Amino acid sequence: MEINKQDALFEFVLRIADDSLILGHRISEWCGHGPILEEDIALTNIALDFVGQATNFYDYAAKVEGKCRTADDLAFLRFEREYKNVLLVEQPNGHFGDTIARQFFFDVFRKLFFEELAKSTDEELAGIAEKSLLETKYHLRHSSEWMIRLGDGTEESHAKIQESVDTLWRYTGELFFSNEVDALLLNEKIGVDIAALKRPWEKQVREILGEATIEIPAHAWQQAGGRTGVHSEHLGYLLTELQYMQRAYPGMEW
Amino acid sequence: MVSEKEIWQLLEQVSDPEIPVLTVVDLGVVRTVEWIDNEYVITITPTYSGCPAMQYIEKGIAEVLTDKGFDFKIVTTLSPAWTTDWLTKEGREKLNKYGIAPPVDEGDKSVLFGPPIVVPCPLCGSENTKMISQFGSTACKAHWQCKDCLEPFDYFKCLR
Ligand SMILES: [Zn+2]
Repeated sequence: MEINKQDALFEFVLRIADDSLILGHRISEWCGHGPILEEDIALTNIALDFVGQATNFYDYAAKVEGKCRTADDLAFLRFEREYKNVLLVEQPNGHFGDTIARQFFFDVFRKLFFEELAKSTDEELAGIAEKSLLETKYHLRHSSEWMIRLGDGTEESHAKIQESVDTLWRYTGELFFSNEVDALLLNEKIGVDIAALKRPWEKQVREILGEATIEIPAHAWQQAGGRTGVHSEHLGYLLTELQYMQRAYPGMEW
Repeated sequence: MVSEKEIWQLLEQVSDPEIPVLTVVDLGVVRTVEWIDNEYVITITPTYSGCPAMQYIEKGIAEVLTDKGFDFKIVTTLSPAWTTDWLTKEGREKLNKYGIAPPVDEGDKSVLFGPPIVVPCPLCGSENTKMISQFGSTACKAHWQCKDCLEPFDYFKCLR
């Protein structure tokens, strides 16, 4: 498939924005439901960072596309198949351990990804990455600490977080998805060599899981599809809630 | 046309909606003030990507400049990213007096097992304090407690 630079850049930015928005929305579902007050506040703050990052990336995607769509149009008025987030971020919150494991896998990836993207020759992308990276470091420390606390905690917390890891592991491979979009942008020194992030990701994940006495699942089966718009059943429900206002009252403003 | 210095002074009337003792100048979110093509260009930068205060700050700046009848434009930039190093010395002192511990050098945030940081209690000055949560009442703060006077307090966390 031939793809031009503009289309590739739009697609690339959209993937980052969608990951941010969908995960931000997921975490925001914890607002008022956190296991303890401090954690409720922490998760809500992290959600805010993700939605803020999504706004920056959607703004830029809209500019790259140049079709008079706004960041809001991209966030609220696309259909499920047009979202390019990885399957991992749309997985339901489950219990607290499920949320933390999902967050941990993603945070490790995000930090490595933003470190590389901050070196992009596209100044606008590099700027958003540089800004987001500072926040991501906090997120990663938060999720890593909880992985260790839950894994190396009580018998029950250990069993639960091990199960979360076993369940979510199959969605981690897709984090390293790349296709002609990435190849073209890598060639232009705009994009990131995503495949090269896999090793450092595994190393860091192993380190924390080791500390947490959590075993890495033996099964190697990986599920993918999100990057090409083929999602799990969960995304549709999420979008129904996320887009409700704009669908019910088109163009409404606060 | 007035000097850029006078515009800076005017901007000191605009305070952060979440930490009203700090002006936008103390906070370091105003990056530059320039006179370009017959208008003042005020470049600001967000503290956190999703910080809801930014819209109010922009509005506040627009208000004081409009009041004085200046032509201006407000531009937002992300790079170089805002860090707590941009907080002025005056800003740090004001924070401490207000009961919020100013940022201390924390080194690399991603290091899990680094040495613990010492954040003196803004109320009694004791260094015998502990972190309750990395995340506090707003994106820029963490939640701490003093083990001597036992009071909880906000810590303006180090971002860099
Ligand atoms: Zn004290």
